[in-house]
Amino acid sequence: MDLRDNPEEAAFRTEARAWLEANLPEDLKATRGGAARFEELGREWSRKLSDAGYAGLTWPKEFGGGGAPYTHQAILLEEMARAEAPQHIGVIGLGMAGPTIIAHGTDEQKSRYLAKILSAEEIWCQGFSEPGAGSDLAAVRTSAREEDDHFVVNGQKVWSSFAHIADWCILVTRSDPASEKHKGLTYLLVDMHSSGVEVRPLRQITGEAEFNEIFFTDVKVPRENVLAEVGQGWQVAMTTLLHERGTLGFALTGALEVAIKKLVALARERGVTDPVIRDRLAREWIDLQALRLTNYRALTQLVKTGIPGPEGSVAKLHWSEANQRLGKLALELIGPDSQVTDGNGYWQYLQLRSRGNTIEAGTSEILRNIIAERVLGLPRSR
Amino acid sequence: MDFAFTEEQEQLRREARSFLSERFPAERVAGLADSEAGWDEQSWAELAELGWLGVSVSEEAGGTGLGFLEEAVLHEELGRALYPGPFFSTLVVLPELGPEEQADAASGKTRWSFTLDGSLVPDLAIVDRVLTGDGSVAAEGETLETMDATRRFGRLTEPAAPAEHLRTRAFAALALEAVGISQRALEYAIEHAKTREQFGKPIGIYQAISHPISDSYVDTELSRSLAYWAAWCVAENDEQAPLVAAAAKARAAEAAVAVCERAIQVHGGIGFTWEHPLHRYYKRAQWIEAFGGYPAVQRAEVARHLVG
Repeated sequence: MDLRDNPEEAAFRTEARAWLEANLPEDLKATRGGAARFEELGREWSRKLSDAGYAGLTWPKEFGGGGAPYTHQAILLEEMARAEAPQHIGVIGLGMAGPTIIAHGTDEQKSRYLAKILSAEEIWCQGFSEPGAGSDLAAVRTSAREEDDHFVVNGQKVWSSFAHIADWCILVTRSDPASEKHKGLTYLLVDMHSSGVEVRPLRQITGEAEFNEIFFTDVKVPRENVLAEVGQGWQVAMTTLLHERGTLGFALTGALEVAIKKLVALARERGVTDPVIRDRLAREWIDLQALRLTNYRALTQLVKTGIPGPEGSVAKLHWSEANQRLGKLALELIGPDSQVTDGNGYWQYLQLRSRGNTIEAGTSEILRNIIAERVLGLPRSR
Repeated sequence: MDFAFTEEQEQLRREARSFLSERFPAERVAGLADSEAGWDEQSWAELAELGWLGVSVSEEAGGTGLGFLEEAVLHEELGRALYPGPFFSTLVVLPELGPEEQADAASGKTRWSFTLDGSLVPDLAIVDRVLTGDGSVAAEGETLETMDATRRFGRLTEPAAPAEHLRTRAFAALALEAVGISQRALEYAIEHAKTREQFGKPIGIYQAISHPISDSYVDTELSRSLAYWAAWCVAENDEQAPLVAAAAKARAAEAAVAVCERAIQVHGGIGFTWEHPLHRYYKRAQWIEAFGGYPAVQRAEVARHLVG
């Protein structure tokens, strides 16, 4: 056990910190979590990250990645949080589409898609959830009918972040109309510029539109855009979800750390003496440390065995609830003025946005089921 | 960055768990706790024989020459077994003693405890000496009926200076014990939810049962991370150790209490009986939560560090 960086990790940290200091534009620092402004500047920033070799750090070198150990990815995320640097705009491509294509794609698919994910030339979105298929993903009804050398896709997807600027979509479809549940699904890579694709932004609780509905009407998708085999969509989708939650811990904890630092600074500035507020602030700081250290334990396990440990499943569930408590605490600390959203509205945005944290990427109810059934071995509830 | 115990340390854990489950099964611990003495004095020689008492004592002073990370493994495992005896009390004091006293303690000849408030002493009736803020005194005083019968308090006849300098090590050890308590109470809850049937089904299929158990798992793992961090800080004499140990003790103690409460609820009526071991874990969890100040006291310390 040694919680310090080893010499090689320390060198990487120093290099990443210096690079961020030299390259992160002041106006890009996370003064507010909103998406609109970031979209304008995000591609350029992402290209910079990519040129410096910081995109796809752990991807194999043959696909343009850095071939670096997971520890480097963790250090980079920590340093980006410390510098308040926004993430690469292609988070869905980097964290979900890319790793799934690496795991299941043909050589042609790998060379066609991966490099452009890294360079942020092509942005990806995810087409999994539907109005009738949320937590129960196996209930998807968007159809893919095989015709000659292509599929014809019809249906509706929802809660799709980045769809309004995306070039490609990882889409789970039902290719066998007679099938039920996990069978008869096919995973497609769909060009978002195809005829018949319509994106409607969904305005959310914060007033912004970070996610969208996607309507597919007779959209033609070439057969070579099937990922893995026809009918294997469920297995491929599980690879995507494993990556969605697997690499998330450090990024989430990094964002929480930035927010807690800001809140501590605010409390200092105001000389907070209220023992109840001070107690809650200390509690959030302690839980942040617990999350951070749990990520380290999970990372050590991943590096040693190549298999993510059960600690990883804890991170998203606990982070989402911690972020919600933090948002409320910040507004209470500000007092009645918290209802006035003049200025950048950082805390108001965080508080409202945090309500989505226990819903997106697996609701807390589904995550508790996963822990109960897959980690603790309790009997299945459905 | 490497946040895991070594293979040797994990081996020590396996040995400890195997020894304790054989020598101190729940029924025996219950019997000892309900006895007048509260423990089996013979067991102290067994612990000395295993090298556990001198785990952090140098080999020159008759110890095993290992460090606080190995000691940490033992605190967690002894907590998990609810070992009744002054292991916690003695080991927290050991690094403060001279080589001869250390040798006597490591060999099992003398047992120690300490006072954090100048009055209450854990295990007073079954130790020989008590470390205070300005030296040590004979273990003389009144034995007090204590909610946790496996770790009874005594009150010194003469008030003494508090041994404040032991706080960090004591808090780290208690955080580790609390993790052992949480882990065991969680296992009881899982076992019961899998095997107890109502309405023709194991009750674990109901989310009103399984979700609180998932929360107990989350609480246990988060406090485990903090407790191991505190152990590492103590082992390395890290300057953050006092703050980290206080944070770990607060979080792990609160978690252990909550995990025990959820386990009792999952068990229904049987969880509320004297016969079932859960109440003993619940009482130890509360002992840990209270000792040296309830978690709000440690959080006030964290807040002073953060906000000033």
